[in-house]
Amino acid sequence: MLSIILTSLTFIFTTAILIPLFMVVINVSAKGVNQLKFPDTFTQLPPPPGLTEGGFGHAIIGTLITLAIASSIAVPFGILSAIYLAEFGRGSKIAYLVKFSANVLTGVPAILCGLFAYSVVVMPMGGFSAFSGGVALAVLMLPIIVRATEEALLLVPNEMRQAAIGVGSTRFQMVISIIIPAALPAIITGVVLALARAAGEAAPLLFTAFNNNFWATDPMQPIATLPVLIYFFSIIPYKASQDLAWAAAMVLVAIVLIFSIVARLAGKQKAFYS
Amino acid sequence: MTVNNELINQSQAFSDSTSVIDVEDWNVYYGDFHALKSIFLKVPKNKVTAFIGPSGCGKSTLLRCFNRLNDLIPSFRATGRMTYHGQDLYSSNVDAVQVRRRIGMVFQKPNPFPKSIYDNIAYGVRVNGIKGDMDEIVEQSLRRAALWDEVKDKLKQNGTAISGGQQQRLCIARAIAVQPDVVLMDEPCASLDPISTLKIEELIHQLKENYTIVIVTHNMQQASRVADLTAFFNVRVVDDKRQGYLAEVDRTEIIFQNPKEEATQQYVSGRFG
Ligand SMILES: Nc1ncnc2c1ncn2[C@@H]1O[C@H](COP(=O)(O)OP(=O)(O)OP(=O)(O)O)[C@@H](O)[C@H]1O
Ligand SMILES: [Mg+2]
Repeated sequence: MLSIILTSLTFIFTTAILIPLFMVVINVSAKGVNQLKFPDTFTQLPPPPGLTEGGFGHAIIGTLITLAIASSIAVPFGILSAIYLAEFGRGSKIAYLVKFSANVLTGVPAILCGLFAYSVVVMPMGGFSAFSGGVALAVLMLPIIVRATEEALLLVPNEMRQAAIGVGSTRFQMVISIIIPAALPAIITGVVLALARAAGEAAPLLFTAFNNNFWATDPMQPIATLPVLIYFFSIIPYKASQDLAWAAAMVLVAIVLIFSIVARLAGKQKAFYS
Repeated sequence: MTVNNELINQSQAFSDSTSVIDVEDWNVYYGDFHALKSIFLKVPKNKVTAFIGPSGCGKSTLLRCFNRLNDLIPSFRATGRMTYHGQDLYSSNVDAVQVRRRIGMVFQKPNPFPKSIYDNIAYGVRVNGIKGDMDEIVEQSLRRAALWDEVKDKLKQNGTAISGGQQQRLCIARAIAVQPDVVLMDEPCASLDPISTLKIEELIHQLKENYTIVIVTHNMQQASRVADLTAFFNVRVVDDKRQGYLAEVDRTEIIFQNPKEEATQQYVSGRFG
């Protein structure tokens, strides 16, 4: 009897957790889907305030560019330091320090990542830029990638390491051709989840990438991104702008969902590469 | 202490054949835990040497000293002298990576790489920079490991997707592909069924023509079937800590039929503890 009650309780609470997620998705889709117009939404610039028509193609491209810049910084740094933590520096003082810092960094509010990028990139370079936005997002992604990669590497059984060392490979060869391939699916999952997290953040971009009402691909210029566009358009008191914000929200949710699905699929992939 | 007696015992066993590995007064510590005490042993060339003894007496520890695999354990420390063809294995100018190429290892649990059967063999060959026709080397190694006929049609298949017994023979093929001189086997049949076990024992018989083999086993019949020389390790308690030592080493027949030590007699006849 007690077990039935407990089982039902856990079931109820679990479903309760799912409700907000579904509400967000349903709400955003319901409000956003009517505002999506193919292909304008994806190819046009937003109209001047008060007018309808137009889209936010520049912000989709901007989000992708900013994420690309962020990953080109966070992925190599994150993966390499995780390799150090798990393979070469296990148990060393430096490894402990790096791990501790990564854990602290995970808890740092996103807006502080933006503040950091503002002070080390925006101020010295004298203006907002896609690059500084990428730096801010990279700081956000870094601890997620480090932790996911380290865990992935530690999951590779020690027998694999001994086998590789046992046939006469150096530790470096072992890591490159045995350990990383075996851990790759889980590493990719971690990277994509970090991307999904970064894709949705507006705070770190507000005073780094800032915004741009026109097409921009120059990393040294301000650039529009979906979260920032949603933020700005939703506070404009015109219905047309707010509609555009809803459409952008839906596109953003779709992008994050796609990232999450890719992460799941990559994680399910059997560790077999050759 | 019977250290000197053991030396004499063994120098009589296989005094005619040259030894590949010589161990003199070898002590192993993990941190301040003295795992192995003063080992003297000669591993004869092209013979099978078996290590037997109760769990925790240091058989694996000594085996892993031979190819310097213990280097990976930070708390590991050893004293004494261990030579390979007369060369000090632990001298500072010896490259452990080179040692492991000459002294291969097969582990208790089959541990093929998560790569194709072909690449499992090719990997070691590549990292060692061995020249030659790779297809040829792969086929030769698999044939020697008595696995070729079973896998020749699925070389591209994952090495982890074959049976445990096949995986272990794949690991043996992987070990001999880099043309080692000594093959160390740590309970290679522990996780295998009787038929796979027999196959591996037959394999050991064939391999000893070309290789020197050291095998750890908990299976007395296996030791008596495959080994020429058998070393019985035991544990004793010193200062409340268990310490491994080499109790007796001799021709396998002698160890099993007429050992000098009481403990050996008890262990091989299954009346131990
Ligand atoms: N990495 C390690 N760190 C600390 N102690 C260790 C380590 N490896 C082994 N030992 C200890 O050294 C002793 C010998 O271990 P070893 O694995 O060599 O025994 P064994 O004879 O192979 O036993 P088994 O038959 O169970 O495999 C044991 O007391 C063990 O706890
Ligand atoms: Mg053992």
